[in-house]
Amino acid sequence: MHELSIALGIVKIAEKEAAKAKVTEISVIELEVGTLSGIEINSLSFVWPSAVKDTVLEKAERRIDVIQAKGKCIDCDTEFELKQIYDQCPNCNGFFKSVLKGKEMRVKALVIND
Amino acid sequence: MCGTCGCSPDGVLITSVKDGEHTHHHGHDNHSHGHVHHHHHDHESHSHVDKVIKIEQDILQVNDLNAARNRGYFEAKNITALNLVSSPGSGKTSILEKTLHDLKADLDFYVIEGDQQTLNDANRIGALNVPVVQINTGKGCHLESDMIFNAAKELNIENDSVLMIENVGNLVCPAMFDLGENKRVVIISTTEGEDKPIKYPDMFSGADICIINKVDLLPYVNINMDSLKNYALQVNPKLEFFEVSATTGEGMEAWYKWLKKTT
Repeated sequence: MHELSIALGIVKIAEKEAAKAKVTEISVIELEVGTLSGIEINSLSFVWPSAVKDTVLEKAERRIDVIQAKGKCIDCDTEFELKQIYDQCPNCNGFFKSVLKGKEMRVKALVIND
Repeated sequence: MCGTCGCSPDGVLITSVKDGEHTHHHGHDNHSHGHVHHHHHDHESHSHVDKVIKIEQDILQVNDLNAARNRGYFEAKNITALNLVSSPGSGKTSILEKTLHDLKADLDFYVIEGDQQTLNDANRIGALNVPVVQINTGKGCHLESDMIFNAAKELNIENDSVLMIENVGNLVCPAMFDLGENKRVVIISTTEGEDKPIKYPDMFSGADICIINKVDLLPYVNINMDSLKNYALQVNPKLEFFEVSATTGEGMEAWYKWLKKTT
């Protein structure tokens, strides 16, 4: 259940930004979560209410931009969608690849009522 | 559970095991909750419009920064830090015990033990007269880099030594948390099923080497070593394997050789 740590990490970032902007409430938080980031969005939703309780995020709407993972074969340069980190290259069946995207777990933006 | 950080009532507990005496440090004292107090609210500038603040910050950035700090500390002191990860019961502690017993004359070892509860593992290591601290994560399912920083300070590690960090037994969460280690060692045992690497790919994709333990049980368990390795190589084509038995000592020499080469 590392999603609790993740949620608390998000809260820390939001609290810091809220302090900078001198607001006590954030209305929207936008996140980017890659499909290979290791975050289960269902688990994140489950722990969210307890993580944000009594924080600037308590009433915030959560928008999650899910980023579909993409890899590039190191042997033949084919770019392809990754469902799993161990997917084979559809062109040459190789396993060596670089992950182009899909590992993201980022706080993208906050919306505050200024 | 602490309402702010989700830690257990006692928080994370770091315990030194020295001559049978335990000294405790509550990790909870070592972090701030970052409550925001707004005493300087500027009412004149109120316009009540939605304002978007671009952040673009990695959620685990704090952990990653602390990990980078650990890495710098280890590098400056020429400490080789290994992060041992596996499911519970694969033999992390047994491999560690055997390794320390066989190599402690050649290398200076320090050990950080991570478990949710008990000092059992630290006591096992302490019995070998190797400096050890136990981190009890309470409800936590993995070690984080700030815990390692505090534990490393507690250990007072000498230059040119080897720090073995035994993570919490868990094939999922520890994969995401960089501790600042030089190498990550994933351990799997022959009793676990050959498809573990693709069931828990994150753990295997982030590892540098894979130790397959309990090879002495191969005659009794139904596991195909080749397919286990193939699954692991699908996830991480660069993975190097060591087949060992911590109980009989079989295969340990190759792992020792790697360890000496790495340090």
